[in-house]
Amino acid sequence: MTQLALVIDLNVCVGCHACVTNCKEWNTSGEAGPMVDQNPYGKDPTGTFFNRVQTFEVGEFPNTETVHFPKSCLHCEDPPCVPVCPTGASYKRKEDGIVLVNYDKCIGCKYCSWACPYGAREVDEQQKVMKKCTLCVDRIYDTKMTEEERRPACVRACPTSARLFGDIHDPESEVSHAIREAGGYQLMPEWGTSPANHYLPRRKIKLRIRVDEIERADNPLKIDGLLPKPDKAEPSLDDVTSW
Amino acid sequence: MHPAFSVIFLTTLIGVGQGLFLALFTAQSYALFDLLPRQDSVGFYACGSALALVFLVGGLIASFFHLGRPERAWRSATQWRTSWLSREVIVLPAFMGTVFLYGIAHLLEWKPVLATLPGGIAIDLTVMLGILGTGLAFALFVCTGMIYACLRFLREWHTPLTVINYVLLGGASGFTLAAGFSALAAPELVRFFAGWAAVITVLGLIGRVASLFRNARLKPKSTLQSAIGIKHPHIVQTTQGAMGGSFNTREFFHGRSATFLRSLRWWFLLAVFLVPTLLLGMAMTETEAALSFLSIAFAVQYVGLLVERWFFFAQANHPQNLYYQSVA
Ligand code: SF4
Ligand code: SF4
Repeated sequence: MTQLALVIDLNVCVGCHACVTNCKEWNTSGEAGPMVDQNPYGKDPTGTFFNRVQTFEVGEFPNTETVHFPKSCLHCEDPPCVPVCPTGASYKRKEDGIVLVNYDKCIGCKYCSWACPYGAREVDEQQKVMKKCTLCVDRIYDTKMTEEERRPACVRACPTSARLFGDIHDPESEVSHAIREAGGYQLMPEWGTSPANHYLPRRKIKLRIRVDEIERADNPLKIDGLLPKPDKAEPSLDDVTSW
Repeated sequence: MHPAFSVIFLTTLIGVGQGLFLALFTAQSYALFDLLPRQDSVGFYACGSALALVFLVGGLIASFFHLGRPERAWRSATQWRTSWLSREVIVLPAFMGTVFLYGIAHLLEWKPVLATLPGGIAIDLTVMLGILGTGLAFALFVCTGMIYACLRFLREWHTPLTVINYVLLGGASGFTLAAGFSALAAPELVRFFAGWAAVITVLGLIGRVASLFRNARLKPKSTLQSAIGIKHPHIVQTTQGAMGGSFNTREFFHGRSATFLRSLRWWFLLAVFLVPTLLLGMAMTETEAALSFLSIAFAVQYVGLLVERWFFFAQANHPQNLYYQSVA
């Protein structure tokens, strides 16, 4: 069983909104119809987005950290939004675990958005149907694209590579490694929705180097000589000419 | 949550319709065993069913205003295996159809005897339709209540009290209307209906106060910490990714102050329970003025129920709100 997902590294995200912009650009130009904005240049611009980047301040001044937090549908493995849908418009694909909305069946009753604890679904005010992240299902299987391009628009746009994409059920995939080795976690685990998307936590990135790491005291290949250690009493210059 | 008027009218109107039908059939079953005087088929049962249908149709119309794409509404009957909303979509028309047939059978006095009880009591078509309708009325209450009670993230709703209160509040308003209707159509039943209406109203008060107490003591399961997975006790949101609001800020916030919400509680407790109970009691003693007492009782109770339903939605605090606390 495949479960495609995003893994988002909060340690790297700089909050530039490139993923938001590229997501909107790709998905608004697609076959499923535009993701329309209201008052785009007016006082209270608003519109439909699949992905948003939020910012949180952790800690108290002066010891604060700014955390940028990209947020989209997490493609839950046990998605509470799917069984409540009265029309069957919301469904989870067996073959790759992507949760999708069939815009031709949706009646816009908004019930699924009530059933998602993450606020990942948004009604399109013009098409009057429910919309949400599709994991770029129209990109990732497009054989007309190169392998490199067959990844979600947000992943392609991220300048810091904070977004990884892959199959979390394949233990050898890049995302599984990241989850295992960098402490990947799920949002709101208390509801048992088992989100497929994971987040990688902030970590301390100070580099500490001890002397023996420079001197290579263990000298594994027996090639390195020890650095010369002149006696403290010795003159530091060989003779006056070496100036 | 943001209370939508379409849903407020849907749930309160069909509640009245269901309650009224249950009241009519209660009177018919009592009469079957000669515990109450028999009533005129046309003037009482057929007219009563028509009145119930008016409320049910009103609710159905209101529900369409909730949909973005009402022209596709038929699709919503397909997922009855998993969705309570889908089940409601099936049961509501089935119930309306049964009420319609019940009314027609009474109107045309079309009462073929289908079975006879040991005491020689004839079970005719209207009784069978009444039993079917009663089952469907309760099924509809359960579907409506479960639409809200099954959402485990909305903890204010995720309790059996939600379903119980839908049954009791719908029943109370329906019986109050039945009492008012009988003041016109069958004056000898006023005390019967008003008595039951008062009893159900008091039971409703107990159920609603129980849920108010329960909800006041709820501790949120999700916190900002679990929402973004950072364990620090002090986290403040600085942006939510949009300046002019979004679907998430419009659909899940009621936009009123906590004080306003608290004060509403007293208003609906007064209007749904206290005033109608007093008026029902007065109608039972002062039978000449019963009609005016009962009309006021029903009107006050219905307006109270609108407030109650608004409060019911507004009080539910969705965990997604944790992600939408600050615009800047
Ligand atoms: S994040 Fe929300 S919309 Fe996405 S699968 Fe999970 S419950 Fe459904
Ligand atoms: S809004 Fe659309 S996708 Fe969501 S529950 Fe209603 S019909 Fe299903």
